[in-house]
Amino acid sequence: MFDVATAAVEAALSAGARYADARAMEQRSETMHARNGVVEKLDRAERAGVGVRALIGSSWGFHAVPDLTTAAAREAGVRAAAIARASGLAAGPSTELAPEPPSVGSWASECLEDPWSVSLAEKGDLLEGVTRTMLEHGADIAEAQERAWETRKWFVSSEGHRVDQHIRECGAAMSATAVGETETQRRSYPGIRGQYGTRGWELVRDLDLPENAARIAEEARALLSAPQCPGLDATDLILGSEQMALQIHESVGHAVELDRILGWEAAFAGTSWLDLAQLGSLRFGSDLMNVTADATLPGALGSFGYDDEGTPSHPVDIVRGGTWVGVLSGRDSATRIGRPSGGAVRAEAFDRIPMVRMTNVGLLPGENSLEEMIAATDAGILMDTNRSWSIDDRRLNFQFGCEIGWEIKGGRRGRMLRNPTYTGISPRFWGSMDMLGDRSEWTFWGTPNCGKGQPQQIGHTGHPAVPARFRGVRVGVRG
Amino acid sequence: MRPAAGQGQAFAWRGGGKGASAADPMAIAARIIEAARDVEPAAEVEVLARGGVDALTRFANGAIHQNVAEDIRHVSVRVALNGRSARYAVDGPLDDDAIAGLLRRALEAARVRPVDPDWPGLATPAPAPPVDHWDAATAEADPAERASRVADFVRAAGGLETAGYCSTAARVVAYANTNGQQLSGRSTLAVLDGIARTGTSDGSARAASAGIGELDGRALGREASGRAHDAADPGDLDPGRYEVVLGPSCVADVIGFLYRFGFNARAVEEGRSFVRLGEAQFDERVTLLDDVADPGQVGIAFDAEGTPKTPLTVVHAGTTTQVLCTRRTAARARLRSTGHAPESGEDWGGLMTNPVLAPGDRAADQLVAHVERGLLVTDFWYTRILDPRTEVVTGLTRNGVWLVQDGRVVRPVRNLRFTQSYVDALQPGAVLGVGSDRALIVGSDGDEPTLVPSLHLRSWNFSGGARG
Repeated sequence: MFDVATAAVEAALSAGARYADARAMEQRSETMHARNGVVEKLDRAERAGVGVRALIGSSWGFHAVPDLTTAAAREAGVRAAAIARASGLAAGPSTELAPEPPSVGSWASECLEDPWSVSLAEKGDLLEGVTRTMLEHGADIAEAQERAWETRKWFVSSEGHRVDQHIRECGAAMSATAVGETETQRRSYPGIRGQYGTRGWELVRDLDLPENAARIAEEARALLSAPQCPGLDATDLILGSEQMALQIHESVGHAVELDRILGWEAAFAGTSWLDLAQLGSLRFGSDLMNVTADATLPGALGSFGYDDEGTPSHPVDIVRGGTWVGVLSGRDSATRIGRPSGGAVRAEAFDRIPMVRMTNVGLLPGENSLEEMIAATDAGILMDTNRSWSIDDRRLNFQFGCEIGWEIKGGRRGRMLRNPTYTGISPRFWGSMDMLGDRSEWTFWGTPNCGKGQPQQIGHTGHPAVPARFRGVRVGVRG
Repeated sequence: MRPAAGQGQAFAWRGGGKGASAADPMAIAARIIEAARDVEPAAEVEVLARGGVDALTRFANGAIHQNVAEDIRHVSVRVALNGRSARYAVDGPLDDDAIAGLLRRALEAARVRPVDPDWPGLATPAPAPPVDHWDAATAEADPAERASRVADFVRAAGGLETAGYCSTAARVVAYANTNGQQLSGRSTLAVLDGIARTGTSDGSARAASAGIGELDGRALGREASGRAHDAADPGDLDPGRYEVVLGPSCVADVIGFLYRFGFNARAVEEGRSFVRLGEAQFDERVTLLDDVADPGQVGIAFDAEGTPKTPLTVVHAGTTTQVLCTRRTAARARLRSTGHAPESGEDWGGLMTNPVLAPGDRAADQLVAHVERGLLVTDFWYTRILDPRTEVVTGLTRNGVWLVQDGRVVRPVRNLRFTQSYVDALQPGAVLGVGSDRALIVGSDGDEPTLVPSLHLRSWNFSGGARG
């Protein structure tokens, strides 16, 4: 496969590119979905092809073909260069690349039990079984799903990179929905998006879906008659780690993408409230806030050996002691601010151009347990499991909803609350964080559906998270 | 939009290899059906094959920075053996050996599946309406044609910072199954969508059509820059309920949520939908269709299950009359599929493909002229549903919001967050005016093309400012 990628790169150079790289890729995926005791969908897919990136002047040209012959790769290289050249009609300053030594290497994610070695019958039995359990315990709609991906890619650049990777990912999700007279309530396990990682089927076994099926169904039913989350302008808010993963993803991860900060995503995904002039000095949050982007975390969904520019994975400090110190970047964006690449450029598949994506963007743990946070809270609300998420195009104003809440009074967890929501402004919110979960609660949440770019790409990102407490938060916003 | 003879041949699949790899999508689909009959005569098999080219030119800070194109060769095969079904899709080389492997793996997967008691069977032969949203110039557009429109947009913005994209897509789609159903169609889509930015505001403009000739970069650049200047230096406004005039992209967002979570036979069956068939759930000014045959629409006239699409009136003068069905949801409700099955979308049910909201008789500026005190909103952003049953959605405004008093635009205001039931927003008596304008609004990948006018609504709940 290196020959295929090399042919593409050489063709792009011959056609006038001053830099080119190519990824030959083979991917396969599986989705099994059960609803109300029946597996109603089993989809498997294979994708194979080569994508070539050519740099001329200020623009990347990219062309992809679903073909792994050297002839097709050469044609793709020529067309990528032609596309880049056409961009000269609306040219900007020349695009340069942050220097990186050419990597030569190989990497594979750890996989103890190959998801493709587990029989479809076993998977079907698992999913059908948990949906039946949920129906028996109060769910009106019970759903469960498993997904698996296997990716092999061979990367070559005109600077001498030559890297191959083999990444296996999988995970599962389930949910119970109870339908009431005027609204629906849903409980998910282990989270709204499930849980995914660069691991084998052992991840799914560790989730223990059967153990949790009855509980979430009963909670969904109970939520229908629970009192509404009160509308309060300011209260103490404790978030569980699954919701914290979403909070980090939306209000930190996207905000620190350097392509957004530079305006490259302005028309679609948006920009960022962060000003590069304040990199290294801006207060993003409280002293407890330490965020890293670390693609080396074993088993996390955003882990890899090399990004799709061939840069080796490495941890990058994003927020240190509450101060904004780093960004997510690739070679073309990092050079604009005089930094080395953050190794955070990835593409969804062979037919998509690599772009800045989150790796494993997460909080380093603190020193408190969730129970200690509750005990230390006189009046507040505990919320967990994401239900809705909306944030402005500068990643500043957010309003998030959770599946479930609990009233906290006098240091004790009280009655269940339905339809909990909270809203805030990012630096104010993070600045109010005064308690943070400890290492025992540190979970590497995986988000398999992060959309970005045009054409849109679905990214797999990881978010190490712990529960945390925030002070003076507005909750209970309703329509 | 009628093609000259033979234009579809431009999208015959290329590739080395032998056998079917050099054929067009229908030849591929027919070849797979033929092979399936040899391999497992008892199997029900359907094939959806897609070929073509997608290209997209992105610009930011006034210059093109990403410029991409991809050849598409996609095949999805679904097999069923006595109610045990599985789907296998391939994007990549597909010669005779690959076809045999594809069928073998799909059949292997199906054999170990439990019996699906709701397996609805495959579509029976039926013709699709004669829809052909095809434009040869779009299909053959080269990177320079997209880049020149971007350059026009940038220049027309008069020095303001700009960002956006110009895309062209051409697709040839074929469906075949072992019941003898065979359909093919083709469609093109061209989009130019951009913003112009002052230091304090953004303004947007967009156009989408089957024909690239209808994209005027200069006009759109002027429109975006005009909006940005008009929206500059916005002031704060207290949250609360206001009358609104929603631009077409906002209206498309509202319609999209109503379809996905409401007019979906699966959601209705499961009690998750607001829909009550036969009831006047909307203002009498609301008539909503799904109609691929509308000349302003794009797309093809059949769904992923090979069911032809016919014009469907979902809401007639405020009364809910129809929901969207797949073969599965239709069978459970003892209805006929309406032709709205997405590929691999069994867990969703019937989804809209070509929504059309009937236009009214007031020009967009006349809608504003009838506002007592309210807001004129250009775009929504990051809208998410809080509860599917009530269709309460939260999101923000974007690319220009203005306060309107006594029929006149008074001043720009900062972006606001809203939390609003989309059903309540269109309830009887809530629609004060429907624009005579119609714009085709598409998602960033050309999905869900929605043909809508502007709307004047009695009340919209703005729940906070975007600054806190």
